[in-house]
Amino acid sequence: MVQSHLTDSVPETDHGSATGLSSFTKDWSSDQQAFKQVPWGKAMMWVFLLSDTFIFGVFLVSYMTVRNSTKVPWPNTSQVFSLNVNGEPFPLLLIAIMTFILISSSGTMAIAVKYGYAKDRRTTTFLILLTALFGASFVGMQVFEWTKLIHEGVRPWGNPFGAHQFGSTFFMITGFHGFHVSIGVLFLLIVARKVWRGDFDNERRGFFTSRKGNYEIVEIMGLYWHFVDLVWVFIFAFFYLW
Amino acid sequence: MSSEQGQQHPISIYLWIWGLLFVLSFFSYMVDYYNFEGYLRWSLILIFMFAKASLIIAFFMHMAWERVALIYAVITPPSLILLFLAIMLFESDYTQFTREVFFSTGS
Repeated sequence: MVQSHLTDSVPETDHGSATGLSSFTKDWSSDQQAFKQVPWGKAMMWVFLLSDTFIFGVFLVSYMTVRNSTKVPWPNTSQVFSLNVNGEPFPLLLIAIMTFILISSSGTMAIAVKYGYAKDRRTTTFLILLTALFGASFVGMQVFEWTKLIHEGVRPWGNPFGAHQFGSTFFMITGFHGFHVSIGVLFLLIVARKVWRGDFDNERRGFFTSRKGNYEIVEIMGLYWHFVDLVWVFIFAFFYLW
Repeated sequence: MSSEQGQQHPISIYLWIWGLLFVLSFFSYMVDYYNFEGYLRWSLILIFMFAKASLIIAFFMHMAWERVALIYAVITPPSLILLFLAIMLFESDYTQFTREVFFSTGS
């Protein structure tokens, strides 16, 4: 009951009464905890995602810096990432499919959170597994994309299409994002198992933390997954479309 | 929204956001497909990107229903990245300028 102890320790007096900026100053200047009525796990996941935002932000800024300072023309991403359909090159086809798959996985995840709070274990497990399946297929397509580009001679130190910096930024940014998706799939599978087994109903203690979990875990997992989707929105815009 | 019962919202909201994200992604893909160029291309890409990002944060990540204290804690720090971006944009312009000078005069 550590968790509920923490969230309930603040007496239910006046938080919630203030709104907007005054509630913000009131919360932050108060004793004990700033994020009232926010489960600690959720607040910590947001802090983690904030730090991750900085990592991806710095990757994208460095990408912009090398792209903007090179004299050699940047490779035409529309052509580099095209797929041949019936002999005709189709621009960014694989990237578009990957985008739609990742958005769909975010949709199923959001609905899984909803069913989790409704304590519908069967539907929640199914939706989380579906999310994991979308995620795994995304990683699979990324592997295909990497293989194709490596066969065409794209390397971190050079490529046949244009500026040499293209390869290093591409492998670094999409690789780091793909790594996030892969870890997310593992995370999803673990949470799906816990939901299916009923860990959050009979308060089974976690293997790693020895704490009792509840369905907030599904929402916290969802935050991570949506963040992965969010990062892809920025990568899609700045790296593939720009 | 009290979090004792967690975040409970009708499924229709999620389905709507899902659909909107599909439409917006389709539009941003069309920007490339129809080969828009220059400022039109860049502004369209940014508009669709920010629309998608805010939909995901606000509804999928439930930020629209969170307490203001948490919203400010998460939304304000990334603005520093924008400052960093501006600094590096300035710097990279200068780098490119020096490269142009060096490679054109050969000295």
